[in-house]
Amino acid sequence: MKVNDVILRTIVKGVVLIILTLGVYLFFSGHNAPGGGFIGGLVLGSAIVLLYITYDIETIQRKMPFDFKKVAALGVLLTTGTAIGSLYFNVPFLSQTDGYFQIPILGEKHLTTVTIFEAGVALTVIGTLVTIILSISEDD
Amino acid sequence: MPIEFIIILLPFLFAVLIPIFHRRLSKKFIGWIVFFIPLSLFILLTTFIPRISNGETFSNTYEWIPSLNINFTTYIDGLSLILSLLITGIGALVVFYSNFYLSKKESLHHFYCYLLLFMGAMLGVVYSDNLIVLYAFWELTSVSSFLLIAFWHHRKASRAGARKSMTITVSGGIAMLAGFLMLYTMSGTLSIREIIVNVDVISDHTLFIPALILVLLGAFTKSAQFPFHIWLPDAMEAPTPVSAYLHSATMVKAGIYLVARFTPIFGGDMTWFWLVSGMGLITLFWGSFNAVRQTDLKAILAFSTVSQLGLIMSLLGFGSIALYFGYTTESIVYTQATFAALFHLINHSTFKGALFMMVGIVDHEVGTRDIRRLGGLMSFMPVTFTIALIGSFSMAGLPPFNGFLSKEMFFTAAIKVGSLDIFSLDSLGIFIPIIAWVASVFTFIYCLIVVGRTFTGKVKPDIKERDLHEAPFGMLVSPLILVTLVILIFFFPNIIGNYLLKPAMTSVYPTFPVDEMTPRIYAWHGLNPELWMTIGVIVLGIVLYKLVKYWVRVYKWFPQKLTFNSIYEGFITKSEDFSENLTNRYMNGNLTNYFIYIYIFFIATVAGYFITSEAFVWNTLNDSNVDHYELILIFVMMFTAVALTFAKSRITAVLINGVLGYSVAFFFVSFRAPDLALTQLVVESITTALFLICFKFLPEIKKEDSRRIWKISKGVISILVGVTVTIVGLAVVHYEKVTTISTYFEDAYHLAGGKNIVNTILGDFRAFDTMLEVVVLFIAGLGVYALIKLKARKGDTDVESK
Repeated sequence: MKVNDVILRTIVKGVVLIILTLGVYLFFSGHNAPGGGFIGGLVLGSAIVLLYITYDIETIQRKMPFDFKKVAALGVLLTTGTAIGSLYFNVPFLSQTDGYFQIPILGEKHLTTVTIFEAGVALTVIGTLVTIILSISEDD
Repeated sequence: MPIEFIIILLPFLFAVLIPIFHRRLSKKFIGWIVFFIPLSLFILLTTFIPRISNGETFSNTYEWIPSLNINFTTYIDGLSLILSLLITGIGALVVFYSNFYLSKKESLHHFYCYLLLFMGAMLGVVYSDNLIVLYAFWELTSVSSFLLIAFWHHRKASRAGARKSMTITVSGGIAMLAGFLMLYTMSGTLSIREIIVNVDVISDHTLFIPALILVLLGAFTKSAQFPFHIWLPDAMEAPTPVSAYLHSATMVKAGIYLVARFTPIFGGDMTWFWLVSGMGLITLFWGSFNAVRQTDLKAILAFSTVSQLGLIMSLLGFGSIALYFGYTTESIVYTQATFAALFHLINHSTFKGALFMMVGIVDHEVGTRDIRRLGGLMSFMPVTFTIALIGSFSMAGLPPFNGFLSKEMFFTAAIKVGSLDIFSLDSLGIFIPIIAWVASVFTFIYCLIVVGRTFTGKVKPDIKERDLHEAPFGMLVSPLILVTLVILIFFFPNIIGNYLLKPAMTSVYPTFPVDEMTPRIYAWHGLNPELWMTIGVIVLGIVLYKLVKYWVRVYKWFPQKLTFNSIYEGFITKSEDFSENLTNRYMNGNLTNYFIYIYIFFIATVAGYFITSEAFVWNTLNDSNVDHYELILIFVMMFTAVALTFAKSRITAVLINGVLGYSVAFFFVSFRAPDLALTQLVVESITTALFLICFKFLPEIKKEDSRRIWKISKGVISILVGVTVTIVGLAVVHYEKVTTISTYFEDAYHLAGGKNIVNTILGDFRAFDTMLEVVVLFIAGLGVYALIKLKARKGDTDVESK
């Protein structure tokens, strides 16, 4: 069945951009304002799912050749890695640290290891979400 | 890093590396690379011999969990050196042999990985001074043995044998752990050496006898002592190199090692003496008696191993009597039993290893191990025949082979201990030499069977068609080295005695002077009772071997139903059936039932707590005002919740559920929790989308069981759950039994450097939760993926039951 979904496709092209921006914004703003790794990951993941729903799976997979299982695995690796990494600095497991750094062009920025931890959370959420939805919808 | 740690860790390291790199390696080389590990370890260990025989010991500690007294302490003394030389020496020979025995088509990387795992674990057992570390390595040997027995896991018998050995040895291991913990409670230390030093403290403790019995359970299950011996014959499903290595030369000796190691602690006690030597004697007799009726060569050797292990065990029991007397010039003779035990431990490994390899050669070249189909191989396989002859005659206790020496010493010890008058030996002692002698007669008979039925007589027709020839030279090397040792040890036994057994005796009798405990071993010691016993064994053995078909009927007298095997089988099947019935009764696949269990449990615990603890306080004083739009939201939610129960199709239910979810999000907005609102909105959207994707796979809602009582009970449970949640919600506001921790989180910016409290909790204060949640989420995702993608298609065969 051929569905006439020109309107959907056109809107999604714009909307996905907005959702992705929002997702990235939410991820970074999580430190001091509402947001964070989990919600950022959810928003980014739902943008990708929206793409899959609007276009077909093959098209998107050609454009985004990620194996989302591996994305999730990378996320878990990052999260547990930062946890274990703190042991190498002779501090308790899962210690997080932060500091203010002078970066060219951007100026003084607050950098934290929690960001890496949260990036792991976000990647796991994206990977798992897309994996689950893809494997269910591909099943016949 | 101390050299002892390297010795233990090297096999483990290669056990990890081989599966990783096996694709890069040609299958021809894997075995040879592995071969150099035990070989180099063996050579390294031989350099310890001079120092150890001078009475030195080596110990190193790596602090592992010091707060629990669990430290990785290695201890090399005479006793552990003997065992480790056997592990590496026989290990090298076995790997060399299996290079020729195993086809290159087998999954060699698995085989050698398991074998190295075992080697490392076994070295860990004999070197550990800490009880808990010893236990960990002990169970690891059981696991690697399980993996090796099930190496040909497509065969049902292999899997059954592996499971049987695992069940029995691990159960014994757990009993042993309990014994270790009792020892720890009594002595306050986990170090074996420290326990030995403080032995006076524990010997009057009430836990002394229970600990003794539990530790012995571990040793008896591992060393296949009666009635736990039933796993060893079934373990013969493993490839023959494994049987030669684990199930005759090393792993089954772990129990012997444990008994020898704990003799300074428990020895001298009557319970210990009777359990160790009594069980040993029964095993000795039962093993040799049953070996005679077997028709599979490997089964004969398995029962003979059981019987020989019983022999060594009973010798250790005899030897422990010396500790009852303490050191005197009279009591020193009883230590010779232990000396004989350790001597026979080495001898048994040499001749039994050779015999197993011999059986492997026969199996490999002729294609069967059944003595009813074998015969007359002598002229085709002269070298294999020589190996079999030397190995068997050594096992039977004939000169000029090493088995003769230790067998004579066994008879000496049996006669000496039998004539004692302590531990009610004055009435029962007479049976000890008798049982020893009768068992030796059977040993002699099955040794004759192994050689006679395989190599002499006529060639049976069904193997005649095969092209019978000698095995390739590579396969003969290892057994030939072993039988050469068998002869060399006979002629130069005192080298072994002075360099290996002498320091080991100090480990068993730390308080005795070492030089007096080391007798000179003579092949000829006059016409004494021991020699007459041996001659009697030979004469009666030959007579009975010739008449075997007349008295073999004896075995039919035993009722089939009462064998230990059928008791074990019965126990396993009964317990499986029972648990299956029990599980099927409540796990009936009906989702409604599962929810009912969860909710009833929830109501019982949560509501039960609030009712019994009277924590439920409700006053309206502190409540804030309820706004109009909040009221509207509440009514919307109440309406949708009720409407949900009347939904006739799934799509309606999904959509109404979505309305509920979004309303909750509105609540979050109105209570100024933007994070929660955002998360709730996104989660709700994704769940709804997911439902819609899954929708096409779901069947129509079925008309439910409409019995009135069923409906009412479900209604009651639902209402109770709602009431419980409401009560909790209302009571939490006034709950004062625990102090709140929110003030701690309010200082988030200083403690964690973030202003968003929720996220500092997630990412810092309670990051452990988050980390594990991420892992759980990932595992759940993989689970969904695996369930959908990897489910068995129609027509797929069940790979398990071949």
